[in-house]
Amino acid sequence: MTQVFFAEWRKLRRPTLFYGTLASVVGVTALITSLLYLLIDSDQGNSNGGEIINRITLATPHGITIGFSGSAGLLGLVALCVFASQTAQEYTYGTLRNLLVRQPKRLTLLLGKFVSMSVFTLVSVLLSAVLSVAIAFSLAGKADVATDAWTTSAAGSELIHTFINVFLSVIASGTIGMILGLLFRSPISAISIGLAWLMVVENLIAAVVHHSAKWFPGQMITTISSGGDHNASYLYAVIYLAIFLTISFGLVAYLFQRRDVSN
Amino acid sequence: MSQIAISATDLSKRYGERMAVSHASFEVSLGTICGFVGPNGSGKTTTMRMLLGLITPTGGSATILGESIASPEKYLHGVGAMIEGPAFYPALTGAENLRVLATLGGFPTDRVQSLLDRVGLGDRADSKYKTYSLGMKQRLGIAAALLPEPKLLVLDEPTNGLDPAGIQEVRELLRALADDGTTVFISSHQLSEIEMISDSLVMLRKGEVIFAGKTQDLLLQQQPTIVARSNNSKDLEKLLKIAKESGHEGSIVNDTVHILGPREWAGAFNKLAFDSGIVLSELSSVLPTLEETFFEMTGDLQ
Repeated sequence: MTQVFFAEWRKLRRPTLFYGTLASVVGVTALITSLLYLLIDSDQGNSNGGEIINRITLATPHGITIGFSGSAGLLGLVALCVFASQTAQEYTYGTLRNLLVRQPKRLTLLLGKFVSMSVFTLVSVLLSAVLSVAIAFSLAGKADVATDAWTTSAAGSELIHTFINVFLSVIASGTIGMILGLLFRSPISAISIGLAWLMVVENLIAAVVHHSAKWFPGQMITTISSGGDHNASYLYAVIYLAIFLTISFGLVAYLFQRRDVSN
Repeated sequence: MSQIAISATDLSKRYGERMAVSHASFEVSLGTICGFVGPNGSGKTTTMRMLLGLITPTGGSATILGESIASPEKYLHGVGAMIEGPAFYPALTGAENLRVLATLGGFPTDRVQSLLDRVGLGDRADSKYKTYSLGMKQRLGIAAALLPEPKLLVLDEPTNGLDPAGIQEVRELLRALADDGTTVFISSHQLSEIEMISDSLVMLRKGEVIFAGKTQDLLLQQQPTIVARSNNSKDLEKLLKIAKESGHEGSIVNDTVHILGPREWAGAFNKLAFDSGIVLSELSSVLPTLEETFFEMTGDLQ
């Protein structure tokens, strides 16, 4: 497992992927956190879906985390793309056969890759958290938002909880990407189907069919990142996603173990 | 320890109604070079995939270095392989690609540079794989196969895309490895190469093994050709007639007569020709090449 982890890490740390992904994370976090403060007086809203988050809310201990948690959705999409492409490209490049000759225990190979990509995700989420907090402090004065509550222990606790929630939600998105990569064996198919489902299909059905959101993984990922919302409680979302991802990952892992590697 | 590197018994693979490999049985001795030949689609790569645990046989069994192919983790640490050509990550350098595999296999990464030097890629180690020519990619594939310092090397068409000098280098490399005790199981369409380097041969046709044994034994089983030449081209028809009257088939090829017959009959043929007033300027007995034998046995005229 350790060998698989470090072998995968060698691939993940190549400059175009490593710095490219981190640049995306920086861009997404900077954009969402900055807009939260720069558009604070806008009638169009300053957060997801045109929601208005006012100065009073931002000035609470929770306020410091709002920009960061708002980035979770897009960070999740970045993770989905990385997990899906890193998994499915082994098929398209034909490199899977090389890997399996060197590590014939297929489940070990899969888990090692997963852990390696999860650590990569952890680095990304950590960067996003640090950047979001830094931007929040630097723009708070300009937006006339009080920051006294942000330096309290309550704010620290909020930050840790939000970090865990965002990390879990991003890992869940990445896991879906890996599942799709194993299933479709093509980065383009896996990513396009994943994005279309999470961004379009789920939202459409959830908007049309009452109370259906709690059955959709993408919706529950959003619920986790926000620590619980109107769709479902935090605990429900965690349990639902844990069951959904365990069963889905188990099925594709079984397929991966049994399937002939013929390309 | 067994002296057998590969042993297959009734090894089979079925895809739906099609038998890709049917009851293949053969053995490859340790420390030898075994050529694996057959027309396109005859089941060579499928057999190699089964031996490496990449696909599951639908029948039969096989052992590699004494271990069943049902447990590839027990023998693959001692096996190097390149199947269906080289496959690497285009955005990584040649050296980094090898380091990925070395790390995965638990081999020292300081082995990478010496292997790249050995296959003639030392000066391009830090170039991205996507900039490599086909021949360079093949060399990198061979270097990757050598990473574990293997007891068994399984190579599928390793000389594809190599220039004549490269082919000769690979031939010398494989011979040196075999001399050091490495078993080499190699498929190739370069039959002249296989004939030159292989100690034994496994020949497939439509998924079935039609020969497994020493290369020399296969060639000796074939009918030699007696080649006769006369200074007078008008004598060629007469020579052909003499051969046919003695029960030997033959044909005129350019300015020579080719007669199928045992080497021992050449002397008698020379006497018959002399008695008919024909003086031969050349008389020799040649065994068919592996290529000719291959076409004869497989009926493949590619």
